[in-house]
Amino acid sequence: MRNGNGSGVSMIEGWGGIGVPGRELRSENLERVTERAVLSRGLGRSYGDSSLPPASVGEVVNTTLADRLLAFDEETGLMRAEAGLSLLALNRIFLPRGWFVPVTPGTQFVTLGGMVASDVHGKEHHVRGCFGEHVTRLKMRVADGRVLWCSDEQHQDLFRATIGGMGLTGHILEVEVRMMRIPTAWILQESRRVDDIDEFIARLKDASHRLPATMGWIDLLTRGKNMGRGTLMAGDFASADVAPKRFPKPLPRVTMPFELPSWTVDRWSVRAFNTAYYWKHLPREMHGIVHWETFFYPLDMIRHWNRMYGARGFTQYQCVLPDSAGPSAPRRLLEILTSRGGASMLCVIKNCGPEGKGILSFPMPGTSIALDIPVRDDTQQLVDALNEFVLREGGRIYLTKDQFTRPEHFRAMEPRLPKFQEIRAKWDPEQRIRSAQSVRLFGDKP
Amino acid sequence: MDQGARGPKRVVVLGATSGMGRALARRMAARGDRLHVLGIGDDELARSVADLEIRAGVRSGSIGWSRCDLEKPETFAGALEEAERKLGGLDVVVVTAAMFAAQADLESDPKLTQRLLTIDFTNTVLFCEEAKRRLLARGGGTLCVFSSVAGERGRKPVALYGAAKAGLTRYLEAMDHKHHAEGLRVVTVKPGFVKTGMTAGLKPPPFAGEPEDVAARVMRAIDRGTPEVYAPVAWGPIMGVIRRLPRFVMRRVGF
Ligand SMILES: Cc1cc2nc3c(=O)[nH]c(=O)nc-3n(C[C@H](O)[C@H](O)[C@H](O)COP(=O)(O)OP(=O)(O)OC[C@H]3O[C@@H](n4cnc5c(N)ncnc54)[C@H](O)[C@@H]3O)c2cc1C
Repeated sequence: MRNGNGSGVSMIEGWGGIGVPGRELRSENLERVTERAVLSRGLGRSYGDSSLPPASVGEVVNTTLADRLLAFDEETGLMRAEAGLSLLALNRIFLPRGWFVPVTPGTQFVTLGGMVASDVHGKEHHVRGCFGEHVTRLKMRVADGRVLWCSDEQHQDLFRATIGGMGLTGHILEVEVRMMRIPTAWILQESRRVDDIDEFIARLKDASHRLPATMGWIDLLTRGKNMGRGTLMAGDFASADVAPKRFPKPLPRVTMPFELPSWTVDRWSVRAFNTAYYWKHLPREMHGIVHWETFFYPLDMIRHWNRMYGARGFTQYQCVLPDSAGPSAPRRLLEILTSRGGASMLCVIKNCGPEGKGILSFPMPGTSIALDIPVRDDTQQLVDALNEFVLREGGRIYLTKDQFTRPEHFRAMEPRLPKFQEIRAKWDPEQRIRSAQSVRLFGDKP
Repeated sequence: MDQGARGPKRVVVLGATSGMGRALARRMAARGDRLHVLGIGDDELARSVADLEIRAGVRSGSIGWSRCDLEKPETFAGALEEAERKLGGLDVVVVTAAMFAAQADLESDPKLTQRLLTIDFTNTVLFCEEAKRRLLARGGGTLCVFSSVAGERGRKPVALYGAAKAGLTRYLEAMDHKHHAEGLRVVTVKPGFVKTGMTAGLKPPPFAGEPEDVAARVMRAIDRGTPEVYAPVAWGPIMGVIRRLPRFVMRRVGF
């Protein structure tokens, strides 16, 4: 929570740094604080307004004090914990024992509840699907005040709407998920430089046939022929015979101490960042053993890296372009960005597999592209243009990253929305549970 | 008792279900200390015990718990007795449980005032007396109690809470002198603002601490028998200044 412009009004913001006046209710006892609340949030790593309360409410439950592990079965890997438990804590406890979450997003600063509500996907989506595929049960507080369990056997509609439902079906109190056994905590990684976006698409597909975790990091400052050059990384947990014997030491972290002035974002920082990243992997191809944090969570090394974008903040635009859009679709999307002079510090490209069980879950078979976009006067127009393209190509956007999508675009790209709304209406006829995002996109009462 | 950091300790914690007590118990369990947890609310206790067991990687049932209510002094002896039996002895007793209420609420409600003063001073002292007797009977040990920086000076915003904590601090200081030669180490922890459920509604001041950092400092103090710990660390020098401020300055700055 940051205090806006010294006015004494407390502000809550998403990871993109765009805030609303409001406050967070916290307690170790989630059941108590969620009694009358309209929304829960975890570590606030969703970029846009999905973890922010509607303006008329201004109050949201922060779950992070509810972080107890409640059950773990060494035989089956079945783990149950309170929704505010962070992935960071989970990794610290379970990696040394040979267990890992089956699906991880690109940061450890997320909670179990946030991972379910966003139905997060990882670098291995084409192999293991979304997080929700591995969730067996959820304990929830629903709108009428009841506390109940849901799963594929019990209240299935609620279960499937909650997975990827952005907190709009109720408060997740406990999460039960099946953990995955790993041979060691080291990663056997291969990385290679790729010269342009088309090659990227081809290589992503190829790598994903061989290795579970694949993703690419694209430099968006190069135009024309070399547009979309970058680095492709793929890997898997290393087996005991190739990994070092010792457990990987924690990596040092640095903190971005203050916000940079906005003008720096468009200039040297983007260039320096991309160039450094691109040339870091100087050899064309590299194979080696790396730290799991380096592989899964490169951005976690710099705490508060979002401050790099200055006081106006930034947004992330993440969409999936279906295979039916053809292999040139990613290039065409990037052309929209570059032709508008958009600077993006970061572009991550991933391969998506089949749709998950979450009714509004993001991924579909195709290519996911995520762009960090510093907020400027023309950001709305840029997002509109990107959305029109995605809509034409039959793709969709990731709600947990979104801040600027217009309701009409969202509705047009979400044929699943009526089904979701029907389930919501059944569990919450008065439409109590809602967020700033659901007011903006779903037409909820403000 | 051996005062070094060697070997696992047998520890009783009153208050391990939340806040700093939770963080400290986790840290101790993770390094292999043997715990017994005291508190109220069977469900809360069972959930916290499960959490500690999984974090410590021990089988379910290895960490015991007993009901012990700071509002009911008659529960103290039985709870400590049970803990001692379950652990097969006792090396450290930690008290983090306490009650907090805003000054304005206390002033408008004498019942609440009485409750707070009783819990935070009288009953905490009674609990410490019971624990102290047991530790001394075994030839010593460590009694670690969470007081507060609010007890260092009389201040308007925490007049009553601060008074209870001031009394507690003085009591602990005296116990440290009185029983030092008998092998009892008394560790008084004085937390400044720490972000826990207790302070959730308040706006964190600069130097607000995280429970994990406090826990790390307190565990070291328990190992070494350090009599006084400020946590987070910045509060040491801050309180050094505040303790020395002349009264007229205190009044002037509206403390
Ligand atoms: C650097 C970085 C990398 C990322 N990489 C990926 C990635 O690779 N893949 C991916 O899928 N995502 C990724 N994300 C997005 C991130 O994983 C999600 O936004 C995640 O949901 C954040 O978790 P959180 O605990 O911070 O949730 P918040 O941001 O606090 O909340 C997110 C949503 O979950 C809801 N919610 C949270 N807790 C509860 C609860 N207990 N009950 C009900 N609803 C709840 C909120 O209402 C909100 O709608 C990344 C984010 C960052 C910052």
